[in-house]
Amino acid sequence: MMASSYNAKEEDGHHSGSVGPGGAGAVKSRKPDNTAFKQQRLPAWQPILTAGTVLPAFFVIGLIFIPIGIGLFVTSNNIKEFEIDYTGMDPDSPCNMCINSTTPCRCSIPFTLEQPFENNVFMYYGLSNFYQNHRRYVKSRDDSQLNGDKSSLLYPSKECEPYRTRNGLPVAPCGAIANSLFNDTLELIYYYPNKSSMSIPLVKTGIAWWTDTHVKFRNPGGNNNLTAAFKGTTKPENWQNPVYELDPTNPENNGFVNEDFIVWMRTAALPTFRKLYRIIQKKKDNLTPTLPPGNYTLEITYNYPVISFDGHKRMILSTISWMGGKNPFLGIAYITVGSVCFFLGVVLLIIHHKFGNRNNNADIPN
Amino acid sequence: MLRRRLNHLFGGDEKRVDSRTIYVGHRQCPGTEAFIAPKFCDNRIVSSKYTVWNFLPKNLFEQFRRIANFYFLIIFLVQVIVDTPTSPVTSGLPLFFVITVTAIKQGYEDWLRHKADKEVNKYLVTVLEDGRRIRKESERIKVGDVVEVVEDETFPCDLILLQSSRDDDTCFVTTASLDGESNHKTHYTVPDTEKDLESLTATIECEQPQPDLYKFVGRMHIYRSDQDPAVRSLGPENLLLKGATLKNTKKIYGVAVYTGMETKMALNYQGKSQKRSAVEKSINAFLLVYLCILLSKALVCTTLKYVWQSRDGQDEPWYNQKTQKEKDAYKFLKMFTDFLSFMVLFNFIIPVSMYVTVEMQKFLGSFFITWDKDFFDPEIQEGALVNTSDLNEELGQVEYVFTDKTGTLTQNNMEFIECCIDGFQYKNRDSCSELDSFCVTDGPVSKLHEKAGREKEELFLRALCLCHTVQVKEAGDMETVSEDQIDGLLPPTEQQKGFIASSPDEVALVMGAMKYGFTFLGLDSKTMKIRNRQNDVELYELLHVLNFDPVRRRMSVIVRSKAGETLLFCKGADSSIFPRVRSEEVDRIRVHVERNATEGYRTLCVAYKQLCTEEYVEVDAKLREARLALQDREEKLMAVYNQVETGMSLIGATAVEDRLQEEAAETMEALQEAGIKVWVLTGDKMETAKSTCYACRLFQRGTELLELTVRTLEDGGRKREERLHELLLEYHKKAVQDAPPAKLGVRRSWVTASQEYGFIIDGATLSLVLNSSPEASSTRYKSLFLQICQNCTAVLCCRMAPLQKAQIVKMVKNSKGSPITLSIGDGANDVSMILEAHVGIGIKGKEGRQAVRNSDYAIPKLKHLKKLLLAHGHLYYVRIAHLVQYFFYKNLCFILPQFLYQFFCGYSQQPLYDAAYLTMYNICFTSMPILAYSLLEQHIAIESLMDTASLYREVAKNATLRWGPFLYWTTLGIFHGLLFFFGVRCLFSNPALQDNGQVFGNWSYGTIVFTVLVFTVTLKLALDTRHWTWINHLVIWGSLAFYVFFSFFWGGIIWPFLQQQRLYFVFANMLSSVSAWLVIILLILLSLLPEILVLVLRKPRGPHRRQVAAVTPLSYKNLKERD
Repeated sequence: MMASSYNAKEEDGHHSGSVGPGGAGAVKSRKPDNTAFKQQRLPAWQPILTAGTVLPAFFVIGLIFIPIGIGLFVTSNNIKEFEIDYTGMDPDSPCNMCINSTTPCRCSIPFTLEQPFENNVFMYYGLSNFYQNHRRYVKSRDDSQLNGDKSSLLYPSKECEPYRTRNGLPVAPCGAIANSLFNDTLELIYYYPNKSSMSIPLVKTGIAWWTDTHVKFRNPGGNNNLTAAFKGTTKPENWQNPVYELDPTNPENNGFVNEDFIVWMRTAALPTFRKLYRIIQKKKDNLTPTLPPGNYTLEITYNYPVISFDGHKRMILSTISWMGGKNPFLGIAYITVGSVCFFLGVVLLIIHHKFGNRNNNADIPN
Repeated sequence: MLRRRLNHLFGGDEKRVDSRTIYVGHRQCPGTEAFIAPKFCDNRIVSSKYTVWNFLPKNLFEQFRRIANFYFLIIFLVQVIVDTPTSPVTSGLPLFFVITVTAIKQGYEDWLRHKADKEVNKYLVTVLEDGRRIRKESERIKVGDVVEVVEDETFPCDLILLQSSRDDDTCFVTTASLDGESNHKTHYTVPDTEKDLESLTATIECEQPQPDLYKFVGRMHIYRSDQDPAVRSLGPENLLLKGATLKNTKKIYGVAVYTGMETKMALNYQGKSQKRSAVEKSINAFLLVYLCILLSKALVCTTLKYVWQSRDGQDEPWYNQKTQKEKDAYKFLKMFTDFLSFMVLFNFIIPVSMYVTVEMQKFLGSFFITWDKDFFDPEIQEGALVNTSDLNEELGQVEYVFTDKTGTLTQNNMEFIECCIDGFQYKNRDSCSELDSFCVTDGPVSKLHEKAGREKEELFLRALCLCHTVQVKEAGDMETVSEDQIDGLLPPTEQQKGFIASSPDEVALVMGAMKYGFTFLGLDSKTMKIRNRQNDVELYELLHVLNFDPVRRRMSVIVRSKAGETLLFCKGADSSIFPRVRSEEVDRIRVHVERNATEGYRTLCVAYKQLCTEEYVEVDAKLREARLALQDREEKLMAVYNQVETGMSLIGATAVEDRLQEEAAETMEALQEAGIKVWVLTGDKMETAKSTCYACRLFQRGTELLELTVRTLEDGGRKREERLHELLLEYHKKAVQDAPPAKLGVRRSWVTASQEYGFIIDGATLSLVLNSSPEASSTRYKSLFLQICQNCTAVLCCRMAPLQKAQIVKMVKNSKGSPITLSIGDGANDVSMILEAHVGIGIKGKEGRQAVRNSDYAIPKLKHLKKLLLAHGHLYYVRIAHLVQYFFYKNLCFILPQFLYQFFCGYSQQPLYDAAYLTMYNICFTSMPILAYSLLEQHIAIESLMDTASLYREVAKNATLRWGPFLYWTTLGIFHGLLFFFGVRCLFSNPALQDNGQVFGNWSYGTIVFTVLVFTVTLKLALDTRHWTWINHLVIWGSLAFYVFFSFFWGGIIWPFLQQQRLYFVFANMLSSVSAWLVIILLILLSLLPEILVLVLRKPRGPHRRQVAAVTPLSYKNLKERD
């Protein structure tokens, strides 16, 4: 189609003059260049996959994948994980009373750890049937506001509707995600065998991506005097405290750079998800496990309503390995694929033997 | 073109009259009613499509008439109007790009046309007006103007020649730019017009404009003050066509009869109809399937969304309230916009980029044909020419080749071989080059074996010298050159070039006569000069030329010798001469003619007749009368010709060899081996054509010929139609029913013992088959005929008129299974079939450029057809087929995870991938490797393709674009899509994937899927690539590297223009997770595993697979050595 353009003129027959054989002089050398590219003769590598070349590959893949898979599986199995559903749907559950409570409600759930948790222990909260990945929800945020942009602070993006303004004042931080910040407080209490108890120290920092806390999220006008910086804005409707009072214990962990807030703002991929809540740092002496086996109580300040959408709330304690949290999938998948490859290798070897012979025989009469 | 249509509309009342009256010089004529200036269109040529004002709307309108463009426009508008998950930029940008590029290209082409139009329209011409010579612009010429044209100028409109500066009232023109014939044609002035054009008062009555270049009938009434108006007939020889060039004549005057868009040239200009390739049809079919997939996906999602929302608390949970506007929206409108949103979200499944890539592949790919040095012919210093790049892949799909004989299979380089005078054979043993003209005249006896009487010999040679329309090419100004000077000026070697004729046979005959001592010196004011053996110049007055036409198949001249004898010489095909001469003469010569014909020579018979004075007067009167006729002139002339050319006596026959083209036989053999059926369509006679077929090995020794010609029809002595019916049934039984079921397998049929059939039919019988009277049997004959032909290895159709050639092509084209046809020819008579066939190929031969101009591809020689089809065609087909399948595949597995994600995000149209990835996927990440593949892939080396023609059968019948392979690719796409999505889904059952316990969100999910996707589809292509040049390496690994680089870059900066920094450090964080790495590697490997298995297991299958494999592995070393 495109090449036909050359003729646009000629077709009309407007051409006059040097059309006849007399014009031969004008055609000097129209001989095509003898270059490898133009003659489609570029040197080329022409691999052919034959049973002979693929066979070793299959065996090698099998031999690599199976150990990796076993390693992954063992690692995953060694990760200790403990999970409590504290939604309180069960009438016997201590948190059942909090379900319909309108005032702040505290409940505590006792549990026992059978095995010691070593190294750093990570405490997650998990929500089910919570659609953080709903489109209306995902886009309901203003990243330039969160990045400390002053004009966006006072004039948030339209995407934040209907959580953009409240009582005529701009909401900071605006949007549905911020408004629905997870606000249950979870505390762990360990009961020594002698019945004395100890509140386990929970670290609030290091739970969000480093780049998020340091670059993507910024307070307007730096970290000092947040009250003044957020003047002229109002807190989201569902929040108890304004954004600059999220963490009364650590002034550096306030405003948009509050790590609980940042973790929440990274929307989950699936409707059932977990988010990192606290880190329990390992003991300095390395002799006693971080969480020794024994009796514990989970103290909950129950604020977050999930019953209305059939949701569930969980608290998860987990150790972490190099591959992350507990997930047997990878190990099983690797073992399976490795075995399949190995098996295929064997099958191919048999086929190859048969075919190879037949091929050779067939060649002779020709 | 619109203008032309308008002219037709407005010219409606004019059209009712079959002729127009033109007043020469706008002078009123006595005897006519009041002078009404007739309205004709002006002399403006408009070939451009657009003006500055209407370019934008018109061009846009035309572009959006293409279904695909329109679809993308709709998607874009939906994105603008409705709140959709992806920004309008994602589909607007590519669309804008495509539209702009096309508009620029078309605008540029139109600008060129404008320029050309302007050049023609503003050209200054001289017009005689009231005795003054006025220069005016060409576009202002009106019908009736007397125009002056000087040498080497083109005629500004169609003119009737009134006066020439030459003494003999002729002028020479060349019509090279009209029909490509570069020889000089002689045109004549209207007889008896006055020298003083000022006082000429005349009207011209002629037919309404019609496109046939060679037809014109008119009448001129010349009014003189003292006499009755004289009437002169006008024919094509008086008409000078716009676009032709005046040659060898100082200047002429002519009166404009047709102007502007009514000139024959403008009427002949027609935009070539757009040919569409089978691949394009496949694409459209696949597109429809994908459109259905798209619609059903959107429908499923919309339905499920409302089902899901109807459950309590799901539609609007407390944490995710709707805006007031959304709450107010009317429910059904909302459902509709939801549907549209899903459409937009999934619309990437039909990629706008595929159209761009396909166009680019075709455009760039066609350069390889022009660049191929094997197509370069040193003789004409030209290579192949690509007129359209739309049909590249069609070259790999050809099932029927229709070839012309003369000039295509044969060289159209005629050589006089022998003659037969009065039953005696004269064979010239010397080759032409050794011949010296002076030598011949000195010793003619040695060359001719004195067998026939000397008188007969000389009569025969004189006939050869006189009975033709050959011109002697002028060496200088002919009027001043005397005979002696001609001798001196034309050395014998150059004499070969010295003759110009419309048919090379005539030149060969004149040259042949020259060898035997009779030289034609030229035609000068109706006097033909020949030099006889005694070196004397004989003069003959040329009285009439009874032109050659394909129906009569003969031509005659009537000359008067110095002695006053009036002689008629006639030469023509044996079948047309034999009935017109005495039968006892025929018997002596027929043997020779038939022997010559079977040897592949073109034979002509020569006869003569002496006319006595009375006879001549009668003939002369009749001829003049017929020439003056305004109505049915052709028929009347024909009748007179037939009447005159009777009762002649046969003097001899000639044999002219038309040599086969280089490698014609090898080419034909290769085509047949490739499973292509070759049909020879020729205007030549059966015996000659048959022998050419044998020479080309189209018919083999063992081939049984099924003849269906006038001769076989008349054998039975019964009615033709009955016999035809009988024969058809008999042949059908032989070739179709008794033949073993034809296997379309890889096996070459000659290996099998089954009988091969060749079929021969001639024009007359063909028209009987196609147009026999009862309606019912006609279609029956046609289908019988087709079935027979389809089971024959070669078909020869002889005595074909150009239109019949096209008819045959059309018949085969529309037959069952609609096979792909290819026509190849070199002359103007092949244009109709070149235009009719799916692919038209022109040969840059001797018969002008018309075939080349109307063709889709032009090659210098027939032998190039082999490489064009077997190598280029095969490769192009495989490349584009793979390109199309791959595009659909990669977009299916691109969009399927996005569709599946809807089930996990509450059917909220949340995109899985970031907008940047959505846009860039088809533009940057995966487009270059497939483009490089589709330009460079040689799954089988070109040498093997050429050596093993049967490989062509592997891709026959659109093999890789049928539903089977399409299903395979679709399944593969679905498999990959499912694997990508659910693999990552399983991984994300615990989103704590980093070794510091931190979790991944939805954008990380999408990025992991996308990474697996990009790597898999690229590596899948790498697996398919059989021919890795450095370009392939560069683009494949480069694309992957670019993806990684881009992802880092895109996630590495807080982009101020973005509303959301979704991907900020997502990619880097993903790479810091071991699990992500492991899952990416696992999924890529798992998706490619079946592919690898298929590749390995498929290889050793079929007997010649092995052969292919044996030839294919060319190492670097081999290639380098060859260069």
